[in-house]
Amino acid sequence: MTAGRASSAVGRRDMRPIIAIAALLWAVAGAVALNFPALSGRVVDQANIIQPSTRSAIEQKLADLETKSGIQLVVATVSSLEGQDIEPYANELFRTWQLGEKSKNNGVLFLVAPNERRVRIEVGYGLEKTLTDALSKVIIVNAITPRFKTGDFSGGISRGVDDIITVLTTDAAEWQERPSLRLDNQQTADPASWLLLAGLIALITMLIVSRTFRWLFFNTLLNILVSSGGSRGGGGFSSGGGYSEGGGFSGGGGSSGGGGASGSW
Amino acid sequence: MTMTMAHIRSLIFVIFAGLTVAGCGYNTIPTLEEQAKAKWGDVQNNYQRRADLIPNLVATVQGYAKQEREVLTQVIEARAKATQIKVDASQLTDPDKIKQFQDAQNQLSGALGRLIAVSENYPDLKSNQNFLALQSQLEGTENRIAVARRDYIEAVRLYNTELRTFPGIIWANTVFRGNKPMAEFAASEDAAKPPQVKF
Repeated sequence: MTAGRASSAVGRRDMRPIIAIAALLWAVAGAVALNFPALSGRVVDQANIIQPSTRSAIEQKLADLETKSGIQLVVATVSSLEGQDIEPYANELFRTWQLGEKSKNNGVLFLVAPNERRVRIEVGYGLEKTLTDALSKVIIVNAITPRFKTGDFSGGISRGVDDIITVLTTDAAEWQERPSLRLDNQQTADPASWLLLAGLIALITMLIVSRTFRWLFFNTLLNILVSSGGSRGGGGFSSGGGYSEGGGFSGGGGSSGGGGASGSW
Repeated sequence: MTMTMAHIRSLIFVIFAGLTVAGCGYNTIPTLEEQAKAKWGDVQNNYQRRADLIPNLVATVQGYAKQEREVLTQVIEARAKATQIKVDASQLTDPDKIKQFQDAQNQLSGALGRLIAVSENYPDLKSNQNFLALQSQLEGTENRIAVARRDYIEAVRLYNTELRTFPGIIWANTVFRGNKPMAEFAASEDAAKPPQVKF
């Protein structure tokens, strides 16, 4: 009995590296399995269902929303969900595009899959309290799917965007009171940036004056580079496809945890 | 002067040694462990959020469908059981504990699925605004649970892989001898799937 258990334990230990390698390969395969469109702008119309005039109107509204509030709302249509449910697909797409600012997670993804007849509003962590699941559902059921049913994709998307923006901007008075939150109103440098500048000057002075400091500094730098490269251990498989490329528009590092709602028509 | 030189030299040595150790992945195991624990916190919070929705949901359904007492009682009982089982971060290495948690939550998922299914038979209930709002919140919460579970499974996978592969395995067998692999969720996607609700 004990002997059997011991040998099976040894057997399991021998398997461990193999399991680990298999897990790693599986993760790499999993990461490249989904073919996301590139984040080419605020409206990514892969399925080609939005009329050009509507599209430019929507793009303007989305750009205005971001300048006013910092919220990144992106409309995407995809020709296929590649066999996935819309919920995990939307979540992974959101995280790949990294919509919203990293510190606020204030992004929203409005995803339409016309071939699967599914629609989803995926809400970033930071906006879950404003654009709640229930409100997202109401927008989908009242504004979007009735128009999609009649084949009016441009109209449904346009109304959906309007309603999402209305919900997101109902507390507009709050921005007026706090000019620091407004992106269009930041001419004066804040104390943090002065401090940063002072630190930089001090660093450069030390580098010029002290030889020991120079040695220490570059050693540290080297070590940081080595450790960030070495300690990953199979980490570097984030596909990151559409991020950073694409006509001057990119996500800001935001994430989402599955907030929002989905619907079908 | 020589004294200060020696001081500086030893200080540099200590910093350098520290950085070298960090370069070898000494920090990776504790970092990944903390990440996995944080992800577990998200999983538990989202299940709690679901449990918090249930009293309101039950009250709303009761107003329209009193005769469905059996299903309602099942939901209430399953909720009571599920909220009793809490897994703290230190118990994550215990597969039995995780399984208990999972089983209790799955039972609640099943009971909730039945409740949503029977409510289809009551047109007044189905068109009640409060019910519709609760239903969409429940759907959203189920989806958040699915996301949190995926994130946790991924974090555990990274942590367990680190314990078993180079260079983590060196630290796992010396300094972090006490660190055991964490129990993975049996990712039974069917059980974790949100109840399908049709309007």
